[in-house]
Amino acid sequence: MSYLIGEKLTGGYGGADIIKDCTLSVDKGEIAVVVGPNGAGKSTAMKALLGMLNLRGGTVKLDGRDITGMSPQQRVAQGMAFVPQNKNVFVSMTVEENLEMGAFLRRDDITETMEQIYDLFPILKTKRRQVAGELSGGQRQQVAVGRALMTQPSVLMLDEPTAGVSPIVMDELFDRIIEVKRSGIAILMVEQNARQALDIADKGFVLVTGENRFTDTGEALLANEEVRKSFLGG
Amino acid sequence: MDYSTDLLNALVLITNYVLIPSISYGSQLALGAVGVTLVFGILRFANFAHGEMMAFGTMATIFITWWFQSMGVSMGVFPTALLALPFAILITTLLAVVIDRSIFSFYRTRKSPPVTFVVASVGVMFMLNGLVRILIGTDEIIFRDGQKFLIKAGAFKKMTGLSEGLALKQTQVLTFVLAVIAVMALFWFLQRTRTGKAMRAFSDNEDLALLSGINPERVVLVTWVIAASLATLAGVLYGLDKSFKPMVYFHLLLPIFAAAIVGGIGQPLGAILGGYVVAFSEITATYAFKKFIKYISHGDFAPEGLTQFLTTEYKFAVSFLILVLVLLVRPTGLLRGKVL
Repeated sequence: MSYLIGEKLTGGYGGADIIKDCTLSVDKGEIAVVVGPNGAGKSTAMKALLGMLNLRGGTVKLDGRDITGMSPQQRVAQGMAFVPQNKNVFVSMTVEENLEMGAFLRRDDITETMEQIYDLFPILKTKRRQVAGELSGGQRQQVAVGRALMTQPSVLMLDEPTAGVSPIVMDELFDRIIEVKRSGIAILMVEQNARQALDIADKGFVLVTGENRFTDTGEALLANEEVRKSFLGG
Repeated sequence: MDYSTDLLNALVLITNYVLIPSISYGSQLALGAVGVTLVFGILRFANFAHGEMMAFGTMATIFITWWFQSMGVSMGVFPTALLALPFAILITTLLAVVIDRSIFSFYRTRKSPPVTFVVASVGVMFMLNGLVRILIGTDEIIFRDGQKFLIKAGAFKKMTGLSEGLALKQTQVLTFVLAVIAVMALFWFLQRTRTGKAMRAFSDNEDLALLSGINPERVVLVTWVIAASLATLAGVLYGLDKSFKPMVYFHLLLPIFAAAIVGGIGQPLGAILGGYVVAFSEITATYAFKKFIKYISHGDFAPEGLTQFLTTEYKFAVSFLILVLVLLVRPTGLLRGKVL
């Protein structure tokens, strides 16, 4: 059984169900990518794992424990970290303060974790006294990922981390995400850039209209004729 | 008399009637406006009850001052009210927290839109308004004691030989010094402490603050403690400098809101700036420049009228005018706050 698993999730934001019997899972030291066309419910499925959705059915388990009834804040305290797609940094605060806020729940010494994040994203160290709102899109994403990593999570969830950044910055970000994975963290990621994302994925989920269409390794999905034709543009 | 003496007289005149009053009035408005802006930044609504919170805090201070005076406790040259202030702050903070728990938290859990909060705060305003009038009455109360002047106009004239006098009241200096200390303490708190940073984070991006594990109820509690403390301080300083009258405190709401909006709502630094802008404009616009013009023109030109833009009865028009101008020209305020 996987470290984090959402099984047969069904629900929406109050009205009609957006995801139906949707199953997502990820293991430690693994990258799982959720891809699919616009409106497929990719972000919604991820938010369901974090408890930001009214679920009508299904269970979410973290390390074998049922966490379906927990609030998002409780799940964060349990080691789940989330980087939203939009508004994912404190724009009026410095880079360093953003990282400090990420570690708000921790009462121990955070300087070591902060050093690790500066090692992972060296540009943040040089900009650490700068206000996050003044940074470029790619640098902001690094702050956002850094903030999420400050809790020393076991699961990192990213909602379209490369939205609106240049291809070069995207490659750079993916490299960093692989590095994070190697430190033994489970990574679940929703991506628009399906081909590049599946390239680095250990596992891929193709969602269509809120349901699982294909689930396989990243490599196999890239090789799959039907997936290529329908979702990767040939 | 030579021209340089005339210029000195003009300078003393302006300092005495515009500069010093503006700085002390501006400091009082600034303290009020910072409270309004903090509540707006964290709870995301314009708190109409802030002026009444100032009145309540001042009333509490007056009662405790009277009690101290009846027991013969005093602070010598300083007003006894300063001794009563910490206790009044405690009482007002308690009131603010009780109001939040019993009224505003109800709408928070329902996730009501900001306009509901504003209307609820108007209700709180009327409630406190009545409470203060029932408890202490509607009359003007002067509760200042101790030494009134640091520099007396007559003594200044004798000392300098100028025909214009300069008076400096102790309350004016107290206002400025206490305002500076309070603001510095507030900024230190917001910039350096864990709770202060959490407040800024919450104001900046509520969802992300929640995802970071910041406890919203705690942030709200601390905000009310600070807002109530600043409101009490502002109210007491205003009352010491002038006098306490419930109606006047009700009217203070307008220049305070103007100050908060001029500076950029949600920006504490802007609120301070706004406080001085409003105070200077109000006092300058209602000052009669007749004598000043006579001095700087060396007596060659003496206007027949008072050369006053507005009579003091119309001083609130200045706040309105500034408010309208800012909302038309730069709705985010001088320091780019949130748009109301």
